[in-house]
Amino acid sequence: MSKSSTPLLTVRDLAISFRTHRGTLRVVDGVSFDLAEGECLAIVGESGSGKTVSAMALISLLSRKQAIIEGSVKFKGRELVGLSEEALRPIRGGGIGVIFQEPLSALNPVTTIGEQIAEVIVAHRKLSWKEAHKLAIGYLEQVEISQPDQRAKQFPHQLSGGMRQRAMIAMALSGEPSMIIADEPTTALDVTIQAQVLDLLRRTTTERGAALLLITHDLGVVAETADRIAVMYAGQIVETGKAAQVLREPASPYTRDLVTSVPSFAARGKKLSTITGMVPSPDAFPAGCRFAPRCRYAISACTSAVPPLEELKDGRLVRCIRTKEVLDGTAAGKRTAAATRKGSTR
Amino acid sequence: MSSNATKTKPAPSGLAPKVSESPWAQARRRFFAGRQGPWGLRILGFIVLFVIVGPFLAPYDRFSVPAPSEFVFLGRPPSFEHIFGETAQLQLDVFMLTVNGGRGSLLIGFVSAIGGITIGTFIGIISGYFGGKLDGFLMRIVDVFLAIPSLFVIIVGARIISELGGTGLMTVIIVFVAFGWMGTARLVRGQVLALREMEFIEAARALGVSPVRIALRHVLPNAVGPVVVSFPFAVGGAIIGEAFISYLGFGVSPLSPTWGNMLSNSQQFFLQGNWWWVGFPGLFIVLTALSVNMIGDALRESLEPEGRRA
Repeated sequence: MSKSSTPLLTVRDLAISFRTHRGTLRVVDGVSFDLAEGECLAIVGESGSGKTVSAMALISLLSRKQAIIEGSVKFKGRELVGLSEEALRPIRGGGIGVIFQEPLSALNPVTTIGEQIAEVIVAHRKLSWKEAHKLAIGYLEQVEISQPDQRAKQFPHQLSGGMRQRAMIAMALSGEPSMIIADEPTTALDVTIQAQVLDLLRRTTTERGAALLLITHDLGVVAETADRIAVMYAGQIVETGKAAQVLREPASPYTRDLVTSVPSFAARGKKLSTITGMVPSPDAFPAGCRFAPRCRYAISACTSAVPPLEELKDGRLVRCIRTKEVLDGTAAGKRTAAATRKGSTR
Repeated sequence: MSSNATKTKPAPSGLAPKVSESPWAQARRRFFAGRQGPWGLRILGFIVLFVIVGPFLAPYDRFSVPAPSEFVFLGRPPSFEHIFGETAQLQLDVFMLTVNGGRGSLLIGFVSAIGGITIGTFIGIISGYFGGKLDGFLMRIVDVFLAIPSLFVIIVGARIISELGGTGLMTVIIVFVAFGWMGTARLVRGQVLALREMEFIEAARALGVSPVRIALRHVLPNAVGPVVVSFPFAVGGAIIGEAFISYLGFGVSPLSPTWGNMLSNSQQFFLQGNWWWVGFPGLFIVLTALSVNMIGDALRESLEPEGRRA
């Protein structure tokens, strides 16, 4: 699917550092991925894994004072890293749309919904305000908001959470971008609304052949929506591949732990498995594999060098030297892990 | 406007959206639902009406100087003929002085407040939104203006302008504007700095909205709340400020009366029992300050209710 033509978006060795009072911290390191036209790629990871920062860095939405973006982001063959705000403006919204996590805070409280959509239209097309307002109603209709002409005159606080997120989607669509970044688009919504909004998002992007970069920590969302998945841990991609494959047989211990920590009916009655500990903070990334301290498969070789991201088969990349053990099943791995843990405590 | 269109269309079901009410309309409704705001407006309205139609109520010429034979050292207390009494020496009608002085005082109050707040808002937005070196530069200018004692400038300025033939009303306004914008600039800058980090500003930026439009349509409307609140207080401050410097003798010349210079001219006669010459302008200063403060408080309560701002 993605190999047929040059991809819409090519990210190579994206590295993001923040200037802090304790010095420069590299929070994202060596992130590379492609996004084909019309494809949906999910970036999955815990809080603090660098997934949102990576996505925002694609169109330089990070503070220029604090963040240093290195590497290459090519959108339709054009390099985006290092572009000025002025040069990025037509791409933001017009080429790449963004949907934020919390629609209430992402919409201006004192401006009507219609006006906010029209504003994006005017920014990217040579249209009068009157025409833009008319078009805005059409976009509200596309995101299945009832009585769109009246809703357009309302303010964000008059809409329900689900409707606000729909309005946000309409805003992102209104620039007719060929790609949309959705940063945890369903996290702030009720479970009953989540599926609706997700479905709408997938449908509206597919209809116009736009690619979707979905940032989430919800594997259920991924399974439902994404073609491919990139799992991030501590600022690095640890595994990528076709979503169904990766979720069915995860090849890295981290993905495996993520998948098994999702509650399911199949495992009811059993203790829910969790990953002990937390994502290390960027100033305390361990040497070697960054997941090693929390990994049940870890051996001493894991802590000596960062494992490279290697191809497993048909485009699947894994950053782990114990992939074979992970795929073979837990038993052997657990024994070794127990042994190394004992060894390390001495 | 928008609410009309919503109203005229009969709602088909109970699911119909509520009538659109902008946060401004809500604030207006809260303002008029209270007691303080409407009463403050009524008192201020009465004072404004008084200084405008007052001259037509009482047919006295404020410069009609009595014949020397009628000269009295002390003024005359309120009577049916002169309801606010008469001044000492020139025997001017205090009612007329108060009416005409009120025009001067209100002019100083409103013009200085509008001027100072407009300049302050402008500088605050530029400073906060565009930041960087410009912000540093503008904030140093604020520091410099705050460091200059404004009273000194008023005294020197009044001297210069009066030698150029000015009345002093202009001087006071110019100086009040020149020294009345820094607070607003800092206030707005702070608001803008906080707003700049808000997600809807980032969202607008992320979708390619131009910086000028973001500043005008997203930052400004969300930052003006405190500015609107500060406006009535600035009016009151300028009126009292004028009274203060006029009392010291550096304000507006007696040729163009204000409540402030009435107080100044009457002070020596107050001790000899001419309470009306001090009392009436004083009463109006107090009433004006009271009403604008009431309006300001009501505005604050209706613009910033709990939970509106994220």
